[in-house]
Amino acid sequence: MRGTVTGSVSGAVRDWLRPHRIGLIALALALAVWAGVSMRWDWIPRYAGLGLEGLWRTLWLLGLSILIGSAMAVPLGLAQASGPVWLAAPARWFCTVIRGTPLLLQIWLIYYGLGSLFPQYPWIRQSELWPYLRQAWPYALLALSFSFAGYEGEVMRGAFRSVPHGQLEAGRAYGFSRFAVFWRIHLPQAIARALPTLGGETVLQLKATPLVATITVIDIYAVASRVRQDTFIIYEPLLLLAVIYMIIAGLIALGFRLLENRFTRGLGV
Amino acid sequence: MLDGLYSLWPGLEASVTLLSLEPPGWGANLLRGAVNSLIIALGAFGLGAVIGIFGALGKLGGGPVTRDLLSVYTTVVRAVPELILILILYYAGTDLLNQFLRLLGQRPVEISGLAAGIGVLGVVQGAYATEVLRGAIQSVPRGQLEAARAYGMTRSQTFRRVTFPAMLPLALPGLSNLWLIATKDTALLAIVGFSELTLETRQAAGSTRAYFTFFLAAGAIYLLMTLVSGRIFGWIEAHYRRGQAGARA
Repeated sequence: MRGTVTGSVSGAVRDWLRPHRIGLIALALALAVWAGVSMRWDWIPRYAGLGLEGLWRTLWLLGLSILIGSAMAVPLGLAQASGPVWLAAPARWFCTVIRGTPLLLQIWLIYYGLGSLFPQYPWIRQSELWPYLRQAWPYALLALSFSFAGYEGEVMRGAFRSVPHGQLEAGRAYGFSRFAVFWRIHLPQAIARALPTLGGETVLQLKATPLVATITVIDIYAVASRVRQDTFIIYEPLLLLAVIYMIIAGLIALGFRLLENRFTRGLGV
Repeated sequence: MLDGLYSLWPGLEASVTLLSLEPPGWGANLLRGAVNSLIIALGAFGLGAVIGIFGALGKLGGGPVTRDLLSVYTTVVRAVPELILILILYYAGTDLLNQFLRLLGQRPVEISGLAAGIGVLGVVQGAYATEVLRGAIQSVPRGQLEAARAYGMTRSQTFRRVTFPAMLPLALPGLSNLWLIATKDTALLAIVGFSELTLETRQAAGSTRAYFTFFLAAGAIYLLMTLVSGRIFGWIEAHYRRGQAGARA
């Protein structure tokens, strides 16, 4: 067992050390050095604090919208897979509308639409929530969560459908209540089946977050835009931004691979 | 009949006026934006499909350097937000073109938003299309290719007569997904100031303050585009699936 593991590791190392790869890596390093030396990076220290704040905002918007969106996706998927028609039809419509229109439009509809509607009602202006509703991030979070729920709801529909019916019947035959069948058999199996797509959906969600900069949320993308506006440096902030997003996407992919190995063990999915 | 509806729903009459095609209404602007969006989506999808075919063939049959460079291309495009790719490609593309023109002794040109949009979104689509088409080509049974070789077909004949028609039905679900992404990604060009549907909508909404009316109308237009094209792709798929052994219904 150990022999095969070290064997595959040395195989991977040998894979990277093939002659043309060494050449390409050297070329990439040369490009990176050239970029580091001849491009302008002197703005980084001045904007580092703002950048970290922006990065943090991007990450919690991503995490929170995925949490809320997943929580919505479970009933959306279940309603479509095995719900009565008066629940299944609205759930299907929600997913179709979210997936059929651009996220940018949804963000603007929620921010400008709700944002212009709320102040007309005095009871909203006097409520405790008003200080939050005057800021942009709740609308961004809402739009991102709806979007994730729409896409993931469709995935969950397929996942709930693909759980073999015999398992649910077996649960009922053992005297499980309907809720217990759902909680202990249907849901865990559906999640295990949806997990392989979840990593990809999370990366897609990460790539959607910079859109919130258009409604004045200062995420990492907005910080880079501000650097561009302040200093008239065009390429450098964008390149650094691309590298940052690639690192986050890589970490997400890695994390989900580990999670998947643990979660789907012995499920035979 | 409309009068009855108006009395039931007071806001409706104002909305209908705002959306009408004649000048007090902004319907014509929205339609112009929708046509622009469609043209860009079609162009980007076409360009992406062409890049995708060459990318897939390069990944499957190219040399080691070609394959590695193509993996870098598909990985980077799929990991970096489209918005940032659009900005980088937009600035870098116009810069490079103008430097090239200066080298030839020509005057710099202003690239039209339409061409830039198609080019930029096409490069993004190409990365996804490469992966879709590579998977489809890979799942064409080897025996069919070997049979084609045995009949004495050249490589390009094999591709045109066997590989391409056999992989198309397998690629269509992925391609139809890409088309939907293309129509929705055109909205991102609003951020670089190209007046497609989303930007036209925002301008109309901003100047009339009727946000819900316009954004919902634009949403309906996008939805119409995606639903109709979904139906069309369904027909195409059914057409190419005819007579396929083990075709899934």
